[in-house]
Formats: sequence, structure tokens, C-alpha cells
Amino acid sequence: MAIDHTHQGGAAALSEGAGVVAGELGGDAWSEGHHAPAIGPWKLAFRRLRRNKVALAFLGVFVLIVVACLLAPVYSKHIAHIGPNANNVTGTIKVGGKEKDVVSPDGVPIGPTFTSHYFFGADTNGRDLAVRLLYGGRTSLEIGGLATLIIIVFGTIIGLLCGYFRGFIDAILRPLMELIWSFPPVILGVAVGTALALGGIGPIKGNSLFIPALIIGVIYIPYLGKPIRGEVLRVREQDFVDAARVQGMSPLRIMFSEVLPNVASTIIVFVPMMLAYAILLEAYLSFLGAGVQPPNASWGSLISDGIQYIQTVPSYALIPGAMLVLTVLSINVVGDGIRDALDPRAQVRIKT
Amino acid sequence: MSRFIVRRSLSAIALLFATSVVVFGIFEIIPSYNPARAIAGRNATPTTVEQVSKKFGFDKPFYVQYVNTMKLIFTGQVIDYQDDLNVVDQFKQKFPVTLSLVIPAGILWLIVSIILGSISALRVGKFSDRALMVAAILGVSIPVFLLAALLLYLFAFKLPWFPNTGYVKFGDNPWQWVYHLILPWISIAVLSIGFYSRVLRSNLLDMVNQDFVRTAKAKGLPQQAVFRHHVLRNSLMPIITMFGLDFATLLGGAALVTETIYNLPGIGQYEAQAIGNLDVPPILVGSMFTAFFVVLFGAFSDVLYALLDPRIRLTG
Repeated sequence: MAIDHTHQGGAAALSEGAGVVAGELGGDAWSEGHHAPAIGPWKLAFRRLRRNKVALAFLGVFVLIVVACLLAPVYSKHIAHIGPNANNVTGTIKVGGKEKDVVSPDGVPIGPTFTSHYFFGADTNGRDLAVRLLYGGRTSLEIGGLATLIIIVFGTIIGLLCGYFRGFIDAILRPLMELIWSFPPVILGVAVGTALALGGIGPIKGNSLFIPALIIGVIYIPYLGKPIRGEVLRVREQDFVDAARVQGMSPLRIMFSEVLPNVASTIIVFVPMMLAYAILLEAYLSFLGAGVQPPNASWGSLISDGIQYIQTVPSYALIPGAMLVLTVLSINVVGDGIRDALDPRAQVRIKT
Repeated sequence: MSRFIVRRSLSAIALLFATSVVVFGIFEIIPSYNPARAIAGRNATPTTVEQVSKKFGFDKPFYVQYVNTMKLIFTGQVIDYQDDLNVVDQFKQKFPVTLSLVIPAGILWLIVSIILGSISALRVGKFSDRALMVAAILGVSIPVFLLAALLLYLFAFKLPWFPNTGYVKFGDNPWQWVYHLILPWISIAVLSIGFYSRVLRSNLLDMVNQDFVRTAKAKGLPQQAVFRHHVLRNSLMPIITMFGLDFATLLGGAALVTETIYNLPGIGQYEAQAIGNLDVPPILVGSMFTAFFVVLFGAFSDVLYALLDPRIRLTG
């Protein structure tokens, strides 16, 4: 899996482009003969994002999916009346007046019924797929969110430390990042995931959600740490950093109050991208059995279970698949919107 | 150039060493993991397990085991714990299958993304550009295994245009070889096509406003020549670096799931089975194998970069 390194330097682009966009926004102020209103770059970016209808629509889709997944217990309790891990292999249900096996004698689960029970059908153990889909989505989103948090926090800190102090710290952390970076994410994740799923790590049990989140987080830290390091190397040479140093500010304070705001737009651009990557990698790991451990489900593990029935009950794999794709797609579209809003050149380009 | 080669070789050795230690170490920290039991079989008595443990040296300290395993790998004698097969022989036997999967897929994705990226950049803002970019963003949102399953369902089961799964050797029947591999190729290529065409489009649009492009236009060069020789050529540089690394990681990433779903007997499928069985030697060899290609292709793309851009010198 590659990663798009082309949109670094958002902060620089922001200050260059601000003038262009101020002109198109500040109409009233000009006519009154005053100076153009001072609009900060963040506010400008936010206004540009608000005008991007496609991005807003997909943000809505994403929020909807998140809310639906968070409401999984409500659906399970009040609509489906069955828990996510409740087996029902020998049970029967009424569909259109006819009694049907939830799981047929030869082991094929029932397809979508579109009634409150087994709305999307059942899995091999007779568990309600719709309930598991929502619970699995919650798992996927939780792992993705947690992994993204790890990536952002540690990627930023490592990037700041390496770029600001250079020397010794850089000489230790950079080869470490290179090592992780040169591993294919799937192989590294699967190897570590299988190992930790068996033994756990310290006080964390093998089937805990923290393990996949931690693995995914660590794997993608260099993807953020490397570009942040590069940006910090550039920013630290600027005059205002020297000024802060002459004033006697501590390195820690310079890093967080002078350098960090100048790389913030890069970090923000990486948030949705890393979230999409983390959710996808979680799906890969769970698909290969190295992510979420049974009886827990995630979209990846549901697809993995369903693939063996792709001929007989295609919905089993394709419905969780569709949810996964829709989620990642909406994150990607919103991420693109944020990038365009922070980098006005992208807007100017379209007009040429 | 010689300095470049020396530096690259040194970093390759360091990386391979680190890779092998990491992979070996991961399995060492599992408390309940006992490879001797896997080798001895399900019904083995504790004494047999102990004998096996002694024979394979699992009772020795970590570094001794590591050195022994490395010795076996480099002399080509390492066997897997599950089936007692020689891992290096297995790799040799399965590698052609993986190559026939990834090389055409790589060529397909590179050519298609250059075409789509160029169309999109030349018609920026128009309908075809928007449609292509929507398709591209959809392409990067589908995991390879899901696309593989979807294609299998649509074009092998629903519409029986392509064979179910399986592999036919190129030497046996070239036409059947292609016929069996078309769906796997597409499954692997789509994700990268989406990604590369987006990157190429943005590179092309950045390049159009450069001074040398304006100069070329002012000289009166035809539009096509300006695009092909000045804009496209310069925009392909970052793509080539990415391609080298992505292609190398393909061996250990997309190949793993694609080969599993399409039942292709390549190293990806072998690796996936080894991971399922916690069989350390194949995982170890596989990770080092991939890391080796990452280094090799990284160096290769640097050389290519220098050939395309005379300003760059290979000083390492």
C-alpha cells in the first residue's frame, strides 16, 4: 500500500493563497471603503469546506454510519431481539407465512429476510447478520479511531522530536521508522497480530480490541512521522523560530507553540487518510484471521466468514463489504474536501 | 555510482537483519507457542514433544535458535514445521506463479493509470475528469480481497465468463494462463490504478504552470509534443519511485489475499497458510524475501530516476 505524499506543505500554500480567496469573500467590506476583514486561514478553510456540497454530503453519510453502529445495542435489543453472539443453528423463522430453517441442514445460512428478525440473513451459527453488522461496524470504527489517535499523537511527537533536535534522537528514531516503513503493512500486521492474538501483551488479553488498534497504529506511525519530520526541518530554519530561541523559550515550548501550529494543516490532512487506511488494514487483518478474534466481529471478519458462501448466499459477504466500502469512501471524499479547503491552489487549478 | 551501490547494499543487509530479528522475535514472545508440538503432531506424547524440541533446538536460548535458523535459511536447508517441506524449494517452486500474477498486474496498473491520469488532467474540470476521479476514489476505497470476491461472484458465478479459480502454467497453455489470471490481475490493479491516476493528475496539473512548459509552448511546439516530452515526462518521476516500492510490497501484501481467494499456488497462498499455522520458517523467509525486494526495487527506481533526470547524481 502506498501513500500520497504530494500534499505536504499545506501551511505554506495556505499563506500564499489566502490573498486570492480574501478577494472573493470580502465583497461588503471593500464597498464600504474599509480594509478587507481579517479572516484567519483556518476560518477561510472552513468556509471553503462548507461550500463543498459533495464533501458535506459524504460527511453526512459517515456520521449516519457512525450513529447507526453506536446504536447497535438498541437495534439488537428492541428490533431484532437477539444478541450479536447468540447462536441459533437449529431454529426456524416465519418468512412470508412459511417456516424456514435459519441454517439449512447442509449448513447454508438463510439469506436476507427484510423483516425485523434476520433482516440481512444469518451466519453459519444462526446469528443475526444485521445485528453483527452493526456491532462489527462499531468494532471496525473503534479500532480505526483508536489506531488513528495513536498514529496522530505519536507520529506528530516523533516527527517534532526528529525534525527539531535532529542529531542523536533523529539517528535513533529515523531508522526505526524506516524499518517499519519497509515492511509490507499486511505481512507485518498479520505476523504480529497472529502472535499477539495467542499470547496477548502484558496485561492486555489476546482477544482485546487494543491489540489490532495498537498494531495498526504502530505500522502507520512512520507514514505521518516522516512527512512531519520533513516539514519541521523546514520550519525550524525560519526566523520566528530563531526569534523564539533568542527570547529564551525552552525547546519544548518552541516545538509546541511555534513549530506545531505551522505543521497543523499537514496533520489535519492526514487524519481522514489515516482513518481510512486504519479501517482498511483492520479489514485485511481480520480477513486473514489476525485482527478481531471470535466471537467478536468486524466488517473484515464478516466478509471473511461470508466469502465461502459467495455462490449460495452472496449477501453474506457483500453486505458487510458494501458497508466497509461506503465508510472508507465517505472518509476519503471528506478527506479530499479538507485537503482542497486547506490548499487553495487546488481550487485555483480547476479554473485554469 | 560505486558509492551508491555500496551504501545501498549495506543498508539492505542492515534491513534484512533487522527484519529477520523482528519476525523471529515476535514469535519468541508468545507464551503459549510451542513449535515442537506442531511438528510432533496432534497425538504426540510429552516425551516425543521433548525429543522433537531437543532435535530442533527449541530448548536453546533465543540467539542460538536465531543463528541456527539463519544458517539453515542461507544454506537452503530450512524446513517448515507443518509439513516438513523444504521452505526454499517451496519458494522456488511457487515463485513463478506469484510472478505471473504480479508482473502483468503491475504493467496493467501502470499503463492504465498513466492513461487515465493524463485524460483527467487534460480535461480538468470537465465531466470525464470528474467521472474518472469519482471512479478513482471508489477504487482506493475497496480492499483487494473484497474486490476479488466481488469479481469472482459477478464474472465467474453469475456470468460464467471466467473460470472459477485455479491456475494453469504458461508453458502448458498460454491462453488458459491468461484466462485464469484476468480476474486476479484486475483485482490487484484497481486499487493502485485509483491511487496512481489521482497522484499523476495532481502532478500533471502542478507541472502545467511551470516556466519550462510555458517556454516550450512559446517556442511553438505542438500541444502534443509539449505534453508528452515536457509535462508527462516530468510528472512520471514520483510515480516511478512509488511504483518500485509498491510493486515490491505487492509480493507480500495483495498477493497474499488474491492468491488465497483465487486459489493460486503461489508464495502468497503459502504465506497465508503458514501464518494460519503459526509456522515460523516460511513467515521468516517470506518477510525477508519481501524486504529484499523492497530494497532492490528502491535502488532500482533511484537509478531509473537518475536516468530520467540528468540533474540527479547517484551519490547515495
